[in-house]
Amino acid sequence: MAGIPHDHYEPKTGAEKWVNSRLGIIGLIYDTMMIPTPKNLNWMWIWGIILAFCLGLQIVTGIILVMHYTPHVDLAFASIEHIMRNVNGGHFLRYLHMNGASLFFLAVYLHIFRGLYYGSYKAPREITWIIGMLIYLLMMGTAFMGYVLPWGQMSFWGATVITGLFGAIPLIGEPIQTWLLGGPAVDNATLNRFFSLHYLLPFIIAGLTIVHIWAFHTTGNNNPTGVDVRRENKEVAKKDTLPFWPYFVIKDFFALALILVVFFAVVGWMPNYLGHPDNYIEANPLVTPAHIVPEWYFLPFYAILRAFTADVWIVMFADWITFGIVDAKFFGVIAMFGAIIVLALVPWLDTSRVRSGRFRPMFRWWYAIFIVNFVVLTWVGAMPAEGIYPYIALAGATYWFAYFLVILPLLGVIEKPEELPETIEADFNAHYGKSKDDAAATPAE
Amino acid sequence: MIKKIALTAAAALAISGGAALAAGGESHIHDVQFSFEGPFGKFDQMQLQRGLQVYTEVCAACHGLKYVPLRTLADPGGPELPEDQVRAYAAQFEIYDVEKDEDRPRIPTDHFPENTAAGAPDLSLMAKARAGFHGPYGTGLSQLFNGMGGPEYITSILTGYTGKEKEEAGTIFYENTAFPGGWISMAPPLYGEDVEYADGHSTSLHHEAEDVSAFLMWAAEPKMMDRKKTGLIAVIFLTLLTVLLYATNKRIWKPVKKAAKEA
Repeated sequence: MAGIPHDHYEPKTGAEKWVNSRLGIIGLIYDTMMIPTPKNLNWMWIWGIILAFCLGLQIVTGIILVMHYTPHVDLAFASIEHIMRNVNGGHFLRYLHMNGASLFFLAVYLHIFRGLYYGSYKAPREITWIIGMLIYLLMMGTAFMGYVLPWGQMSFWGATVITGLFGAIPLIGEPIQTWLLGGPAVDNATLNRFFSLHYLLPFIIAGLTIVHIWAFHTTGNNNPTGVDVRRENKEVAKKDTLPFWPYFVIKDFFALALILVVFFAVVGWMPNYLGHPDNYIEANPLVTPAHIVPEWYFLPFYAILRAFTADVWIVMFADWITFGIVDAKFFGVIAMFGAIIVLALVPWLDTSRVRSGRFRPMFRWWYAIFIVNFVVLTWVGAMPAEGIYPYIALAGATYWFAYFLVILPLLGVIEKPEELPETIEADFNAHYGKSKDDAAATPAE
Repeated sequence: MIKKIALTAAAALAISGGAALAAGGESHIHDVQFSFEGPFGKFDQMQLQRGLQVYTEVCAACHGLKYVPLRTLADPGGPELPEDQVRAYAAQFEIYDVEKDEDRPRIPTDHFPENTAAGAPDLSLMAKARAGFHGPYGTGLSQLFNGMGGPEYITSILTGYTGKEKEEAGTIFYENTAFPGGWISMAPPLYGEDVEYADGHSTSLHHEAEDVSAFLMWAAEPKMMDRKKTGLIAVIFLTLLTVLLYATNKRIWKPVKKAAKEA
């Protein structure tokens, strides 16, 4: 692969030469595994492996679950109970799949926030970031449709609420909603198409994951300093990097094993904690649950969706200036999708030329508030839309947009970055050097 | 840093607990210590059998258990009735046989009867379809360690009647401190001494309510014992793997870090 100079694969045995002259697959695997990786990567660089594991776990458990699941409104709920009671190991497989989605999203958020802190989205890694955002969008779609499949009360009403968002778009909204649902309301046609797409999308995610890896293998990994690997020649590059195998594979596997200890404790001992009891009641179009709450990983965006009510001045203004086309409901939908769009556009919104937040004294504070704000939005998204909660949601949503549209563009201009280390090697040596004899084995953040 | 990751994970779990928290009503669910709570908790076989008796003699008059196969009464980790007792228990209920076009007694491979006569909900999953005790102090920590609390909800309903009644649009409602909204259409099903236990266990209202709640938890999650055991084995082996990978990682990086130190 292009980028950092390193030793390439040389076929040695006769068999290897035979294969290599016909298909370059061994060389491809070798170059991928031995790719030079900045040696100062810290523990926030493990989430990629966790995510790859999650995708594999979801696909494998999902394929087995499909063997026993029936996508029909009269049979789906009972077929889940069949899996839980009669299929060998079915109960554990289903709980792995259910909670696997939560681990997947926990990891993807940490992965995204790592990128946001260390400026991994900045040139030349914009395509890596955009592909990642596409994967994230597909993950949300897949998770949402998967949640509909058990055909519980939350499945049904979640699907009704979320597809209703499209209905809020003026003129074309309702035809779109009908087209998505396959009818005027959530019904068997909806369940069938969601099932079909829930099976399809993970494989598109897998394909995009390969492109995502291809992209950052072209540019090389970012690292906690944001300083580029020196690439004049192999010898210099080697001072800044180590091959992916075994140094980072083993490190990542250690982190994966540790996370799996927690994951299996959750699956084994509290598998329903992250779920919602109402989803153990079969879907009933005639009974609406008291609170329709999405899964936790959608809550921040759900909070943004609900934040812009008709009494907020900017909503009133939008309503007035568009002659009522953009009402509060449509505004909320725009805000929710807009929140993800500004996140995707961050490579062009952040004007600072310094990548790593480690050397950006002002950015660090705004970033910390951004993280706290994300947690607050998650919390407030689960609360009923009454009392003080809508105000908290509005403040949180405002900060989300301010962070991307005002703070990041301005900081690049007004902030004076701290001094960057000369090289990755210098950073690594400074960390493990004599002055830090007593430092722990873990690289600093 | 690892501590940080663990804390982040814990925080994420705590946040999501809020989702469950928000969904509860303003009903009063009290905490009950069940034998099957926690990672090492086990179903009490005798309690499940007593609960089955309460279910059969009282609840089954109006409710059904349509997802529960009768044969699972003999499964390990459950009420563990002997095979012949399961057969005898099953035979007291009739089922329409499509092939013979007539009613026949149920056999263990059939399910518990479903019962929609009185419009009462099916109880197969009731213990998982309700959340219970959100405490202490609304933190949801009890749910983290003891499960979502469906059985606590059921116990609280069964013992939560105040004795007050009201009539609305021809239906009688009974005041209940555990039911969201405070008024439930189910007449008090248990008063205490409604059944006679073969093992001589107390048949006070509280004991009957707890026994049938435990039984319904088993009915909703018959593989709970299996699940906890699998979880424990996975956690033990993964911990071992984690230690080995930690040592491997340490060893692989040692020369690199040493070189950095000497640089």
